[in-house]
Amino acid sequence: MHTSRPTISRRDFVRQAGLSGIALTIGFYLPACRGDSTRIVNAASADGAIPGIELMSWISIDQSGKVTIFNHRSEMGQGTFQAVPQMIAEELEVNLDHVNIRFAAANPRKFGPQPSEGSFSVRGWYKELLRMGASAREMLIEAAAKQWNVPASECYAENGQVIHRPSGKKLDYGALVEEASKLTPPQNVTVKDRKDYKIIGKSMPRQDIPLKTNGTAQFGLDKKLPGMLYAVVERNPRFRGKVKSFDDSATRAVPGVRRVFKVQRAVFAHLYEGVAVVADTLWAAMQGRKALKVEWDDEGFEHLDSNQLLARMRENLDKPGLSEPFENAFQGADKKIQAVYETPYQSHSSMEPLNCIAYVQDNSIEIWGPIQEANWIQADLSDRMKIPLKNVSVNMTFLGGGFGRKAFLDYPHEAALISKEMKAPVQVVWTREDDMSMGPFRSGALYACKGGLDKDGHILAFQAIIAAQPIGQELSTDAAPGSASTNDGAIDGLAKPYYASIPHYSFGWISTKSPIPVMWWRAPTANTDGFACESFIDELAHQAGKDPLDFRRSHLPNKRYEALIDRMETLSGWKSRGKNEGWGVAITECFGSIVGHIVKVSHKADRKIKINKVIALMDCGWYVNPDIIRAQVEGSIVMGLGAAIKHETHFSEGGAVEKNFDTYQMPRISDIPDIEVYIMENDEEAGGVGEPGLPPFAPALCNAIFDLTGKRIRKLPFNLNEV
Amino acid sequence: MPIYNLSINGKNYPLEADPKMPLLWAIRELAGLTGTKYGCGIAQCGACTVHLNGNPVRSCSLPVSVAVGQPITTIEGLSSDNSHPVQKAWIAEQVPQCGYCQSGMIMEAAAFLKSNPHPTDENIDSAMEGHICRCGTYTRIRKAIKTAVQSAMTASPNTPSVTR
Repeated sequence: MHTSRPTISRRDFVRQAGLSGIALTIGFYLPACRGDSTRIVNAASADGAIPGIELMSWISIDQSGKVTIFNHRSEMGQGTFQAVPQMIAEELEVNLDHVNIRFAAANPRKFGPQPSEGSFSVRGWYKELLRMGASAREMLIEAAAKQWNVPASECYAENGQVIHRPSGKKLDYGALVEEASKLTPPQNVTVKDRKDYKIIGKSMPRQDIPLKTNGTAQFGLDKKLPGMLYAVVERNPRFRGKVKSFDDSATRAVPGVRRVFKVQRAVFAHLYEGVAVVADTLWAAMQGRKALKVEWDDEGFEHLDSNQLLARMRENLDKPGLSEPFENAFQGADKKIQAVYETPYQSHSSMEPLNCIAYVQDNSIEIWGPIQEANWIQADLSDRMKIPLKNVSVNMTFLGGGFGRKAFLDYPHEAALISKEMKAPVQVVWTREDDMSMGPFRSGALYACKGGLDKDGHILAFQAIIAAQPIGQELSTDAAPGSASTNDGAIDGLAKPYYASIPHYSFGWISTKSPIPVMWWRAPTANTDGFACESFIDELAHQAGKDPLDFRRSHLPNKRYEALIDRMETLSGWKSRGKNEGWGVAITECFGSIVGHIVKVSHKADRKIKINKVIALMDCGWYVNPDIIRAQVEGSIVMGLGAAIKHETHFSEGGAVEKNFDTYQMPRISDIPDIEVYIMENDEEAGGVGEPGLPPFAPALCNAIFDLTGKRIRKLPFNLNEV
Repeated sequence: MPIYNLSINGKNYPLEADPKMPLLWAIRELAGLTGTKYGCGIAQCGACTVHLNGNPVRSCSLPVSVAVGQPITTIEGLSSDNSHPVQKAWIAEQVPQCGYCQSGMIMEAAAFLKSNPHPTDENIDSAMEGHICRCGTYTRIRKAIKTAVQSAMTASPNTPSVTR
């Protein structure tokens, strides 16, 4: 039977790894979370002591009225550093200019779940964050009302003050905070109507940006501790291999090198190995590593090349017995087409390579670094190092990009083991080559698509069978090919109304065995599923002789989609398109948001393809900051462009071939077309912003190229100059 | 190890360093100026860009010994209060996302505009092509450079060049 893929989501991974409890804390704004004084100290340690009185775990106001709001999420560019406080400040009735934003350290009891993944920071918690801001506001109002001996209903809050409406008396929050902090937070608060928002929905300038234009923003690599040592690690290039022996005689002769020893790091079910060179300075550690000779034991697992991986995926797709009822429906279709799509392995390649500081002492661990998953790390290190959870502190710096790679546990684990050995704080620095070639990677994938149309040109049957490596392979079971019910499975990125409008669909997954580590990568699975599905929908539209936008409209009978498609049609001038350009459309749905792209391409004088414009329309429902949304969609398009036409990771004899930007080509400024981003206005629930803008780009581009040239591109990446 | 006297942001730094050490690590690890970033170590990404004698250079691929006797400017020295027109434009257009590459971008743009006060779109693209931004802020970088050009022209119409 084809169930949905037996891979695991990032959330499931937490549960399967035995770290349950992290995702269960709801209502963390309630009184139960107050008074946790030991952890308050920890929360403050990220940035030094916070002046003022803690009104709620997220909000601190000092007696001059200065407000500090903790951002409990990682800031890796996606803008939650601004968006989280912007929501709280709205309900708290303070001007954002007067708010100091601080990173919170890992503390799920205090801040609820903190992972920055799944485009979840706003959509997952906005109602709680708004209620928290409103609770604090009501406590300040109550404190003022008591002081004036008037009913609280006669008072309101505005711009950091409580005002008594009948008399016009005013008190600053700073004068009220001490009394307010003694009150019990209200059980039920009324949050504002959207029409009354003063700052939510507006493009408030990001407070982290001035720090990032003068060099003062502190990233992981910029963090230094007194007495800190540096480590670089020679890791096994074939991932799973063990250290057989090493010769460190030349390494130890490098001035400044202190110790050389074997170190491990956990990657899913395996302990990967390397040899750490620890020195007084980063330079000494790097020089010492150059002089190191390591012999690896690479027995007991396969050393695969890219072509072997691909052949294995093809074999999997050829296995018989795929969904018999679907096959019967497909055979009865008026028109039938089949196609295979291919997407490559990719590295995340954040601009800031991985790094982490750990300081392990007798019964405590403290971590500093660019971290997407503070709570997981806290729980994982507690478990692995046998140190009580309350003694494991994880502090977040700014992240120089993340894209999922920094949502993992291996690099802090390795740093902690090195620090434990050295009995000192140690910063482990990954070089670009380490970062790019050590994985885990986005898995390559093959998609075998089948589609059948009825006599009216409506999709009767749609199947996509995926051959790829599942994330965390060792933790999941493989789905065996077999027969399935007519409608089964699901696929990421596919617009949901298709499931209702297509009478027979089938989505299945065949796990490709390989020792190469794979994991989530911005818009996990949707980023490649969207390419296959939305390209194939386009092929079906062409087969049906229908306009691609109309074809989608007729298959997505849903008000939200109709509004999106109508707006795409208007924004692009779809009906008046000329013959000298190729236009392509793609619409995907993931992480709670729907995004449509229209890409326009044409021939240059030399007949090569030029991307002229991308028009993107984001429907993320309720939203906080439109400029951050536009920035995220612009960036998603650029990242999608890189994945479509610029780079892939190849493997040779079990190791990654591309190790730096000379061979792993990135999109550069001259590759970038005009990009226009628009946002739908509606009253839907908040959806994700950081990821959903990525999946539609590649299919919209390839659909545009088909429109211009008649050539259908089914393999990524492809060279735009060689179409 | 020899001591190199580096002049960074107008201040003298006597730094004891291996002659082979790239200027990047001398700036970051010895002088403690961490605004300049390590991205690739092979002059492919531009994150480490600083000014040497006013010209943009990739500090990851330049030995520290070469920089002696030549003024070095890092992002911290462009202005610490974000008053440089390029920094102002970067804030006005809300360019950075993660921000890691932006010190290099800003240093490149500042040097470029000094010698090309009236760039075309093509000039801008070719000046910035040596830099990688993984977050994909390129469209805003284009916009910010044009904003910096405009503000320089408005500020001093007779000497339309972007300088401090």
